[in-house]
Amino acid sequence: MVRLITHNLLACHVKGCNANNFPLEFRNVELEIREAEFNPDFVKGFLPKIEWKALVDTARQLGDTSLPEEQPEMLDDDFLKNLHHVLLEIHVEEGAMVCPNCKHEYPIASGIPNMLLAEHEIA
Amino acid sequence: MSRPEFVAPPEIYYGDTEAKKYTQNTRNQQIQADMTYRALELLNLPPDEPAFLLDIGCGSGLSGEILDEEGYLWAGVDVAPSMLEVALEREVEGDLFLQDIGQGFGFRPGSFDGAISISVLQWLLNAETSHPTSSPPHRLTRFFTTLHSALKNPSRAIFQFYPTSDDQIQLITSIAQKAGFGGGIVVDYPNSKKARKVFLCLFVGQQKQQKLPEGLDGEEEEQEAKVRFERRREREKTRSKGKRKSVKDRDWILKKKELYRKRGKDSVPNDSKYTGRKRKTYF
Ligand SMILES: C[S@@+](CC[C@H](N)C(=O)[O-])C[C@H]1O[C@@H](n2cnc3c(N)ncnc32)[C@H](O)[C@@H]1O
Ligand SMILES: [Zn+2]
Repeated sequence: MVRLITHNLLACHVKGCNANNFPLEFRNVELEIREAEFNPDFVKGFLPKIEWKALVDTARQLGDTSLPEEQPEMLDDDFLKNLHHVLLEIHVEEGAMVCPNCKHEYPIASGIPNMLLAEHEIA
Repeated sequence: MSRPEFVAPPEIYYGDTEAKKYTQNTRNQQIQADMTYRALELLNLPPDEPAFLLDIGCGSGLSGEILDEEGYLWAGVDVAPSMLEVALEREVEGDLFLQDIGQGFGFRPGSFDGAISISVLQWLLNAETSHPTSSPPHRLTRFFTTLHSALKNPSRAIFQFYPTSDDQIQLITSIAQKAGFGGGIVVDYPNSKKARKVFLCLFVGQQKQQKLPEGLDGEEEEQEAKVRFERRREREKTRSKGKRKSVKDRDWILKKKELYRKRGKDSVPNDSKYTGRKRKTYF
């Protein structure tokens, strides 16, 4: 159940890994699409929190090309629906997230990423 | 009876059997639900804005189900795999993470509009190993520092927890303060042995209401009536203001279940007359 909404908020938290540690890269993923209730106000309200480029790149990696390279000025319904789909309906069920900097791998099983660190990785 | 946090580390204590027992116990469901509603009240979110929340030590999703019903989107973290598994079985809608909060978070600044944590913080007060990174002050410091940055400004984090002494409260509040939080402790029903509840209310940034909320008070019998009354008043208030849009209605849940069935999920509960009803935690 990792969705891009939380993936887009998540950086690597390994000790000393403070730069270039976002976004985590998905590897060997299995996806599931599950419909979620569309709430345009929520999507609009969430926009300021989004790292746009990370979201678009990650969505494309996962096979969804519906989002424009640049965040549009006009928030029409089509755009919000696409964004809703990308943020809330694509579930990564299996695979891993890998830190682009330190290469720490966070495995994902049954939709749950394992964020546990080894003793020497704790800040 | 010894407190759970003295018995074994959380991921061991909440193994498969205990996780199921904990979640199915109706008395426990009721207590956790009451405290979740109270935490939401103390969180004091702007009424008409959708919010993305963090449930710290979300366990099997007893609070998460209430967040779902109330129309919040959320992510939850917990260190016990068996508890998370029960949460999956119960089909909560939040994103779940296997995470030890004492190791700190990696969430980007301003990720969440608020955080709740029900019956969890006391677990951070016990050293699990003799390694320096696992001393309670270290773990609390990492936890509060990374939580503070993960929360938006302004916002709140509300923790119901079970301290064993004033020293523990002192330790926790002083570390939270150093991490940048304002706020303090709110005690509901301080004079009742049974109903007494301790809430740590942490503020990020300047609040509209900078003053700590009042603890609830009164005799034990009246008390529960009062909590209920407050909750009803709250609900009526939100209702008349045009309720949160995304509260799931029965049709929506049926549709979702249908979808899960099509996907071949075998653990979907059968539709019953209770489908889509608020779980009865009051009246
Ligand atoms: C009494 S249960 C409460 C669960 C849930 N909040 C509820 O109200 O039903 C305590 C939970 O805290 C979790 N927990 C304890 N220590 C933790 C830690 N260091 N990191 C994350 N979760 C922890 C346990 O795994 C357990 O699920
Ligand atoms: Zn890293």
